[in-house]
Amino acid sequence: MVNFSKPTAFFFALLTGCANPSRTTDSLYQQLGATAGLEQLVDGVLVEIERDQQIVHHFKDTDIVRFRRLLIEQLCQLSGGPCQYTGATMQESHTGFAITPADFDNLVNHFIKVMSAQQIPVTTQNALLAKLAPMYSDVINR
Amino acid sequence: MTTLGYLPFSLLLSLLVFYSSSAIAGSKVIGTGGATTIEGSAGGGIVPWAVVNGYASSGQWSVTGFSNQVGVDDFRLNTLGAGFSYGNQIEVSLTKQTFALDTLGGDLRQTIVGVKYHVAGELLYTEMPQISLGAQWKKHQNFDLPKAVGARDDQGVDWYVAASKVWLDAVAGRNLLLNATVRATKANQTGLLGFGSATDNSYQLMTELSAAVLLTPHWAVGAEFRQKPNQLAFADEEHWRDVFGAWFINKNVSLVGGYVDLGAIAGLPKQQGYYLALEATW
Repeated sequence: MVNFSKPTAFFFALLTGCANPSRTTDSLYQQLGATAGLEQLVDGVLVEIERDQQIVHHFKDTDIVRFRRLLIEQLCQLSGGPCQYTGATMQESHTGFAITPADFDNLVNHFIKVMSAQQIPVTTQNALLAKLAPMYSDVINR
Repeated sequence: MTTLGYLPFSLLLSLLVFYSSSAIAGSKVIGTGGATTIEGSAGGGIVPWAVVNGYASSGQWSVTGFSNQVGVDDFRLNTLGAGFSYGNQIEVSLTKQTFALDTLGGDLRQTIVGVKYHVAGELLYTEMPQISLGAQWKKHQNFDLPKAVGARDDQGVDWYVAASKVWLDAVAGRNLLLNATVRATKANQTGLLGFGSATDNSYQLMTELSAAVLLTPHWAVGAEFRQKPNQLAFADEEHWRDVFGAWFINKNVSLVGGYVDLGAIAGLPKQQGYYLALEATW
């Protein structure tokens, strides 16, 4: 067993992002306000979708209560929270909807608008958007 | 004369900001149409990017009006133009440039028609950078001076390929845009001193680079480099560089301010000064 001196161990802990492993994995989840914050975010986005004539028609046959629960689950898991997303893959759940790039852009705009309105810092917004952006190819033109 | 030049600019800006708050705009995320270069293509200030002007996403169209001013030690460039884009796919632009020779006297004018086609990738969303092909057809309006200093033609076409990508959450949690453009050109000083020379009529391949950090969805700071050919024997042409700050006030109005170093122009060394760009989009 290697024996680090105290300053070395401290420096090592800084480098690896601290001693408690759960802290590093759930930090984005915590920054987004944990489950309560995600519920607020998703509710805000749902209001924006409802007002958006371009994309609201995609939701006419959607069970909104279920959609809300799954979206919260998914964002929770994506941001490193203690949840398991139980829904279909992005590709499966968007097949047949013919989502256009403009539809996708609109949803991104809604996320940014709601996060800004809820005083979520830009860096936290960017960290979440970085997790959502790669879904583009699975969602578009299916 | 110089101060008078600002008056329409600032007046236009205040009118635009006042009337734009309720105006329509396309679906693209704010800032993703870039600003407009001195040659009328969407990009930074001196480098065309792979981005398409305006905020039109799939199935939408967009119109852009723009005016740029560059003021360096012995010269001033004014541009005025308009652009149109469809579907975040194709962009066309028409730009008038007036280059005032403050020290030498007189001015040089050219007209530029630009076309850009977005061929692959999505700036924000895909691993692959957004890639676009572009052309700028340039026609000089008063060719006597360029001809006298050795330019061969009064018109030419620049061809370019540009790759742009935004990395989300890249630098201290901020988004980072990088762009690389390769341009084939015969233009001397972007065409303001004509095209080709008495001894050489071949295309030169030039590299142009830009980097910008998006501090917020509405603010960006960045820097650019534009490699330049050096074809005319009468005076050296040098590479261009700039640093800039961009303010996307809303999806209808943006303002860019910068500091440019254009090197030597027509034998007058160390041409440095300001860069201003105003853009309105619907």
